[in-house]
Amino acid sequence: MKNTLLLKNGSSAKLENVPVIEAEGFRKHLTVQIQKGGRLSALFLVPGDSQARLFAIVSHDHTSELEVFSCLCGRKFNALTPILPQAHWFEREIAEIHGIEMVGHPWMKPIRFQPKAGQNVEIIPGATSYFEVKGEEVHEVGVGPVHAGIIEPGHFRFQCHGEKVFHLEIELGYQHRGIERAIPVSQPQKVIRLMETAAGDTSIGHATAYAMNVEALAGLKLSQNAAIIRSVALELERMANHTGDLGALAGDVGFLPTAAYCGRIRGDILNTTGLICGNRFGRGLIRTGGVGYEIDAELKKAILDKLALVEADLRSAINLIWDTPSVVSRFEETGLVSREDAIAAGLVGPAARACGVSIDIRLSHAFAAYGRIKPELALGRQGDVNGRATVRWLEIQDSLCLIRAMLEELSAEKAGCSMPKAELATDSLAVSLAEGWRGEICHVAITDSKGNLKSYKIVDPSFHNWFGLALALRNQEISDFPLCNKSFNLSYCGHDL
Amino acid sequence: MFQILKARLHQGYRTFPFPEKQPPMAPRYAGRPKILPGSCKGDCAACVGICPTGALSRGAGNRPVIDLGRCIFCRACEEACAEKLISFTQEFSMAANSKEALVIADEKFKQAEAMGNELRRLFGRSLKLRQVSAGGCNACEADTNVLGTPNFDLARFGIQFVASPRHADGLLITGPVSQNMKLAMQKTYEALPSPSIVIAVGACAVSGGLFKGNSEVNDGAAGIVPVDLFVPGCPPHPWTILEGILRFMGRL
Repeated sequence: MKNTLLLKNGSSAKLENVPVIEAEGFRKHLTVQIQKGGRLSALFLVPGDSQARLFAIVSHDHTSELEVFSCLCGRKFNALTPILPQAHWFEREIAEIHGIEMVGHPWMKPIRFQPKAGQNVEIIPGATSYFEVKGEEVHEVGVGPVHAGIIEPGHFRFQCHGEKVFHLEIELGYQHRGIERAIPVSQPQKVIRLMETAAGDTSIGHATAYAMNVEALAGLKLSQNAAIIRSVALELERMANHTGDLGALAGDVGFLPTAAYCGRIRGDILNTTGLICGNRFGRGLIRTGGVGYEIDAELKKAILDKLALVEADLRSAINLIWDTPSVVSRFEETGLVSREDAIAAGLVGPAARACGVSIDIRLSHAFAAYGRIKPELALGRQGDVNGRATVRWLEIQDSLCLIRAMLEELSAEKAGCSMPKAELATDSLAVSLAEGWRGEICHVAITDSKGNLKSYKIVDPSFHNWFGLALALRNQEISDFPLCNKSFNLSYCGHDL
Repeated sequence: MFQILKARLHQGYRTFPFPEKQPPMAPRYAGRPKILPGSCKGDCAACVGICPTGALSRGAGNRPVIDLGRCIFCRACEEACAEKLISFTQEFSMAANSKEALVIADEKFKQAEAMGNELRRLFGRSLKLRQVSAGGCNACEADTNVLGTPNFDLARFGIQFVASPRHADGLLITGPVSQNMKLAMQKTYEALPSPSIVIAVGACAVSGGLFKGNSEVNDGAAGIVPVDLFVPGCPPHPWTILEGILRFMGRL
């Protein structure tokens, strides 16, 4: 058997065609592929009757291919992390869920504080060992799980010398709701709803990735209009969140005009999504095999009219950031992440692009309507707060262009609103990537011999990027933490699932 | 400075005059449902089968009953009902004082009543809240956060979100209360000076929502702390949250 299987984004293969390599070969092959420029999009374990199977999904951005391979995994596995930092979080996750001993992993501890499969033991979240720095005038600051604003919970622990942060350690898991475990035992009409809440601010992104997997497994073809409506909704989601983030960044440096305006404009963009499907977060818009709501000529005009107002308000509010030297000087060279670190840690989305790493799934693994209507790649020069803010502003403007171009291509046909009782291919694996507003969303579905979902893996972009925030804090003032945190604005529940 | 003033003029005054005027909702918005008069055809239970959260059941005369506390307003039951008995309206007012009041069997709905006189004397004109997200997906959190923006301008009602439970009159809880947040939420509640109130926002915080029954969650806040106001929705519209809080403060 060849030791590789190459898939296109949103396609499936029989499980028997997924290569099984022996463990040492698996490690070697994975390492070589990453060294050659591939990215580790997912690494996960599927328990089996006799032996568990470890799957790797490697994204090859230049060839638009997703490489899938696997190995059988016993109770012990020689950790990849020492040579492949991208595997760090994945290996901790596998050890936590399945109790596999990751031999040689440099920092093995839970990422979610969830009970191991089949065990019912009381777990105290956050109670684990932390990095410690010792010495005179060295001190430790603990923050969370409950934070000062209206934010999701997480625990941050800083090792500081005076104001300077040596290291930030991030412990999450407080939001763990058991989504991946619930998927195989839930009815399909519930599963897509779970996807929409995997990370509630990325409802369209996660529901799209899930729908692509179901469509691949059921052989459903998306109509052109449905593809357009999905992409329009995904761009609106991107615009709304980026706008909120730029406002919050301005707020974190005490620049209130942009903060106040962007908070409201974000609501106007959410309301535009509300025009399409009635829900500001796009709940119910994505359905397997299509979309739940049509855009007719009247609605198209309403969306375009609304976006014209939004654009004028955005330009007025956001350009103020770069017109105000005191804001720019706070953004520049704060929270630096080098391009090398970004690549080694496997960062995705705007956080990676701000460091000059050119990854955008809409370009490299085109899905929905992005095959025909392509976005502009937004890159930053320096991986600082300014870079992350600039990338967001460029992307907002590009989203406006994309939405207008896409709406032009809508035909008079129905997009297709049915949610057919899809018969899924048996004993198969499907993989899909989507570029959510935080970056790459990777979903992997595996079916059993009856065509039911047996295992479902969700990788939210935050899963890759939380470690990037820790890197950004090194040698920073601790008072810059809120600004750095907001410049990443990662999902807690998307990580905790 | 000139640019800032120019932007200020461009952006204008955007606070919506609520509650003097009713805010317009999107035409496709799914608000509070009602069950119209009529009877189901035979044993049809299509609505019960299609509901993703088990919010639908059949009550007196085998007619559909919706538990708004569990409903995510997806309209699947409305689509499935052959007799067109279920209808989602444009009504955004749907907060209630008890979970029972959220169960809808006809066209009636018992809106939330104001807090008692003593509490009203204390909190009626100034209410400071601490927000705790306990497994929330960031949609309820976002639509609570948005109340602070100029469009809603929560502060004009004397309501404010504060950074410590010690400074708060009550909690606003979102999420199904994950097992991992149970302790932190309890501690936050205990840190409130008394008397205090608790508001549960969103299907998850009211009933567990989509996660009801998962061993990883606690099926909402009410099993752990006493809840005074339940705001349904997935997520509730910001106007629903604001209207509910104002009603509870005795301001509507």
